[in-house]
Amino acid sequence: MTKEISLEHVWVEFGEFTAVHKANLNIAGGEFFSFLGPSGCGKTTLLRCISGFQEPTRGKVKIGGEDMRGVGPNKRPTALIFQNLALFPLRSIADNIAFPLEVRGVDKKTRRKRADELLELIALPGQGDKKVSELSGGQKQRVAIARALAVEPDILLLDEPLSALDLKLRQHMRTELRAIQKQVGLTFIYITHDQGEALTMSDRIAVMNKGKIEQIGDGKAIYDHPTTSFVASFVGENNVLEGTVLSNDGQKMQIDAGLGTPFTVESHPAGGPALAPGDDCHLFVRPEALRISKDESSINQFESNFVTEEFEGNMRHIVMNANGKDLKLSLINDGTNAIDANAPVKLDFAPEMGIALKPGELASA
Amino acid sequence: MRDLFYDLVRRNGMAVSIYLMLAVSIWVFLLIILPQLTMLDYSFRFNLPPAKIGGPEDVYTLEQYRYFFQGSGASDGINTLDIGILFKTLFAAVFVTVFDLIICYPVAFVLAKSSAGAKARLLVLALIVPYWINEILRAFAFRILFGATGVINETGMGLGLWDTPIDFIREDVALYAGLAYAYILLMIFPLYNAIESLDRNQIEAARDMGANWWQVHAKVVIPYAKPGIASGMTMVFMLTSGALAAPQILGGPSNLWFTQLVYQWFNSGGNWPRGSAYAMVLLIVCIALVLLVMRLFKVSIGEIKQ
Repeated sequence: MTKEISLEHVWVEFGEFTAVHKANLNIAGGEFFSFLGPSGCGKTTLLRCISGFQEPTRGKVKIGGEDMRGVGPNKRPTALIFQNLALFPLRSIADNIAFPLEVRGVDKKTRRKRADELLELIALPGQGDKKVSELSGGQKQRVAIARALAVEPDILLLDEPLSALDLKLRQHMRTELRAIQKQVGLTFIYITHDQGEALTMSDRIAVMNKGKIEQIGDGKAIYDHPTTSFVASFVGENNVLEGTVLSNDGQKMQIDAGLGTPFTVESHPAGGPALAPGDDCHLFVRPEALRISKDESSINQFESNFVTEEFEGNMRHIVMNANGKDLKLSLINDGTNAIDANAPVKLDFAPEMGIALKPGELASA
Repeated sequence: MRDLFYDLVRRNGMAVSIYLMLAVSIWVFLLIILPQLTMLDYSFRFNLPPAKIGGPEDVYTLEQYRYFFQGSGASDGINTLDIGILFKTLFAAVFVTVFDLIICYPVAFVLAKSSAGAKARLLVLALIVPYWINEILRAFAFRILFGATGVINETGMGLGLWDTPIDFIREDVALYAGLAYAYILLMIFPLYNAIESLDRNQIEAARDMGANWWQVHAKVVIPYAKPGIASGMTMVFMLTSGALAAPQILGGPSNLWFTQLVYQWFNSGGNWPRGSAYAMVLLIVCIALVLLVMRLFKVSIGEIKQ
């Protein structure tokens, strides 16, 4: 069984400090929903509001339509997986997994049976009598998930549970988490500062900054059509150019970014407030959207000079300088993109790949 | 021992290592083991006038221990008085220890987990300050507090809770209160240390999984803090059963503490061998009791020293 969650105008204030600024969103039952943002953006506070460790200063947290104010964490249909997992070191694996049953007064035999079932689910059959310290990082991770699932919660909350693992294991666990979520069909709410995790696993993502939800959408929308400068600069790599809007007909915009001929980009009426002629703007072009011009003259073309190159095997990350501005350029290493380091190189990008937004705070690298 | 010494030399250099080894050896052998061995030796001797010491009558005997068990009466009698006092002392010490645990655990938990740093330090200071005052003065303060015209009786009677002054001294309330108070810090600090290192997430995880507050403590905090609890209880129990000043000052007229018996044999009785035997009995019974309880609760000595 799954329940939907809605946050209605949720504020969390610690004295003068506003940790969560009017959060408003609905998470559907069975959804894999991520909160993505830098540390200190309020995502963990929001998670604690849902799990019941923090009461919102104002607003409502509803689970399955019920207002959760005054309902303690032990009475909510949520299970939280902590960043450090918080397994009980003095208990065996089976006793860890069966803890939620133990506190509900379930007898020993039933507890053991359920623990064995869950060990089966997480592919650690017959390991119930081991100690926590005998397991590897990935196995502990799975035990924490099994423990959270022991009493069949409606919602699983995960607080950066993969951050302690090494890169390979982290990537493996992403796939595994997503598979477990599909298998049990629960609502997963996932907190992370790692955009890769958010983009690969989530149905939808809420990007947060300084307590505010900047944008909610699926991975593709967040990456391809960011609606604020923060989202554009935080999610993925991006080149940002400061410019002025020359014209905007609702379909196309002309922008002067100080690199010769004005650029033409698509207007994104869905994305935030529209820009009018004369407005300052940030023009975002992703490194993979920048290309070396094949023709002498193409749309959005400008001259640049080679600065440096980082070679990553399959990709080449090149820094070019255009009129004093360093731009990152990612090219597939297919042998077709030779760059003359000693002569000006013409670059361009397609109009639909440039995103013009109102100037706003940029994520610090 | 040799490895330990080389390890010390490697870390601290020769001079410091020699000093450390000497200081620790002197501390352990000269100040602890040697006097105890002498006491043990005394306890197996007759109480002889100085002139006869070293003479033909100065031989080893179990007489002093026999006296503790059988008294001065017939050889099949039992020294119910002294054995009774020993058990009463042990029982009272256990009571005081458990009482201290009950009042210190919440304090230690709050100190370790709830307060912010600066406030916690202030609380700890408030706990320590009373210990700047001499133990005997504190005992007398309790005597005044619990006296017939003391604050407690005055308040109680003023509120109409009771009509005539209650003799807290005779009822041993003052003694138990004084003893419980005397070693409270030795309970709080080991508990605090143990609980402080517990990951906060463990408590929250237990809460999140449906445990109520009682279950959080019973299933997560107390098992984790067990070595600290054992350490605190051992210290309070040993010191309470070996206390002398508080029972002297706060004990009722009919109530003797076992240490007072030891003191009497050494002092007014002038019988050092018997005093030694009594002290040995107390020491051995206390250690045996502590080890028994530790085995019962599956705590090892190795865990305590962490």
